[in-house]
Amino acid sequence: MKRGFMTTTAASALAAASLASAANAEELTLCWAAWDPANALVELSKDFEEQSGHTMRFEFVPWTSFADRMLNELNSGGQLCDLMIGDSQWIGGGAENGHYVKLNDFFDANGISMDDFIPATVTGYSEWPKNTPNYWALPAFGDVVGWTYRKDWFERPELQAEFMETYGRALDVPATLEELKDIAQFFQGRDIDGTTVYGAAIYTERGSEGITMGVTNALYNYGFLYENPDQPYDLEGFVNSAGAVAGLEFYKELYDTATAPGSSNWYMGENIDAFRSGQVAMQMNFAFIWPGVEADENVGGGRSGYFPNPAGPAGQFAQLGGQGISVVAYSDKQDAALEYIQWFAQPQVQAQWWELGGYSALRAVVEDPGFATSQPYAQTFLDSMAIVKDFWAEPAYADLLLAMQNRVHNYVVAGQGTAQEALDGLVADWTEIFEDEGKI
Amino acid sequence: MTYSPIDRAATKTPQGVARRIRGLSDRTIAWIFVSPTIFLLLAVNIFPLIWTIRLSFTDYRVNRPNNEVSWVGLQNYQRILSDPDIWNTMQATAHFLIWTIILQVLIGFTLAYLINMKFKGNDLWTTIIVFPMMLSPAVVGNFWTFLYQPQIGLFNYVVAFFTGADPASFSMIGDVNLAPWAIVIVDTWMWTPFVMLICLAGLRSIPDSIYEAAECDRASKWRQFWTITVPMALPFLMLAVLFRGIENFKMFDLVVQLTGGGPGNTTTLTSIDLKREAFERWRTGYSSAYAVILFVTVFGLASIYVKALNKVKQR
Repeated sequence: MKRGFMTTTAASALAAASLASAANAEELTLCWAAWDPANALVELSKDFEEQSGHTMRFEFVPWTSFADRMLNELNSGGQLCDLMIGDSQWIGGGAENGHYVKLNDFFDANGISMDDFIPATVTGYSEWPKNTPNYWALPAFGDVVGWTYRKDWFERPELQAEFMETYGRALDVPATLEELKDIAQFFQGRDIDGTTVYGAAIYTERGSEGITMGVTNALYNYGFLYENPDQPYDLEGFVNSAGAVAGLEFYKELYDTATAPGSSNWYMGENIDAFRSGQVAMQMNFAFIWPGVEADENVGGGRSGYFPNPAGPAGQFAQLGGQGISVVAYSDKQDAALEYIQWFAQPQVQAQWWELGGYSALRAVVEDPGFATSQPYAQTFLDSMAIVKDFWAEPAYADLLLAMQNRVHNYVVAGQGTAQEALDGLVADWTEIFEDEGKI
Repeated sequence: MTYSPIDRAATKTPQGVARRIRGLSDRTIAWIFVSPTIFLLLAVNIFPLIWTIRLSFTDYRVNRPNNEVSWVGLQNYQRILSDPDIWNTMQATAHFLIWTIILQVLIGFTLAYLINMKFKGNDLWTTIIVFPMMLSPAVVGNFWTFLYQPQIGLFNYVVAFFTGADPASFSMIGDVNLAPWAIVIVDTWMWTPFVMLICLAGLRSIPDSIYEAAECDRASKWRQFWTITVPMALPFLMLAVLFRGIENFKMFDLVVQLTGGGPGNTTTLTSIDLKREAFERWRTGYSSAYAVILFVTVFGLASIYVKALNKVKQR
């Protein structure tokens, strides 16, 4: 009898719980860019739907209009998105303009520790002000600019011999940016299997953020700094230092001498296309593309290799990509949105995220002994994430980005003025923006 | 007793309503009918215009709702009119506008003249020619980026075929000297049929009797063209120029898809620049002033032009 009573009580409790869950079931909308990892997230989120009873809707926008569309949404206080996987540079504006919910209390209450995530991703995706324990997002997708190369071409004996004869070293993964340029120039205009191929596909896009995300990989490694490390917003001599000028000149030379004709407005998609179609020997791109390259029937299956952005005279750095996931302050389903973040932060979910093609930023996943060998690009991802630097994440980041797009594109692609003039102009633009912002 | 249909309709109007309507003047009834339109016009056109003018004197930024908005007087206007970058975009816009109009009028009128000569397959050719203008500008911009590709682009191969140059030796959208022409070519390809249709309407409106009279007077074809065809089709041509001028002054989608405003700023037209200021840099006050300047420019030029058009029509 007692057993029967217990069973009945348990069943009733279960039924009541399911009912409560069903009664509180919400339809959550997650906003992100339209790209391969977003499809993986749709797959992953089915588990959340099953567990929570909530249903997930997704609003994915192509990268080139992602910022326009989503920042419009946030600035207008729109309720389209309950969860936003916003770009890392939005964090300052998201926090200061009240678009994102601060997550510190939620993290504390649910035992989510930022120490469990790769430090660079916490700083890049979650913190505002930077390097302070104020969290506005959970690191969702670690990403970084790296390089993909045609391993099968590099391994051809005749090309190896010719390269050795010309440059006095083996045709291999470049250790420095200068070596990378040599290799790109070596392949430029070369006939491979009856097709004319070119050296490298690099970011040159004008309209959104493309050329900035590309050129910084050269600038950082030649000595460019965003500001005086000892005096915030002091730009003169750091943004336009002699090293920074050399870095910009390097990028222009790479563009002029070792890229495919017509690549004056290329970003992620165009670079992928050029590489997959066998037009270029190397491509600069964010790490998110690597699973797709591996799976590609033309260039995948061991025909491609991966390496981090090579070093320059001032060190080895790479442009940080990736995003954190935030709860939108205008959502009236914040509790359910927080439930999603709680679910997403779980180690087993993060492990599955990596398996599906998402780059987890959880240390338990990336520091797992089997991680580095789990995919051909996994070690390169780890090495790259260790050398990241990011663009400004100030609330005025869009102004800062547009100024840089303009100055750099004018010099690198349009060939107007000198590198020194471009960076001096950038200092003037950024100074004006910070003055308008009341920062200086 | 039989009722006519009018009587039946009259008896169906409820007496109360009929009494109320009977008490209204014609003017009041007219106002009742036009007031929804006037209200809509005020709400979606006039109010935003006045609001934009007001914002143009402030430093308002829509992405900083918490910031205090300050009155800055004419500062935004001064900054815009003294900014060399903005004058560069004006120059790019003028280049685009002038050349597209010249080419579209010349080619459009020639095509209309040829189509107007009745020949076999006339209708089929008209349909083929108007096909480009039925496409979406974004689609056109996108597929022309492929046509302009140095490695695979048809355009480069056609040029190479006629000139003997290497197709990969030039990039229409990557070269600062060629890119302004690249956007002119695409817009001309797309919108010449529109100009052709307007010209065709003009040509078909000329009565045959005038040409017959000219034939009797032994006027040559050349003279007929300059003294009959051109003057009588001129109002239509001017109308086409007005439409294309206004449209191309605010050109955005096609050029963004094609070049993104690059290389550098060589194809950054004013509308692209304005969009960047308003919705990327979020300088709402500044971009409102920018929009007002553009509005006054287009409105002023169009008003002068319409007066000229009316004079031509009255001749």
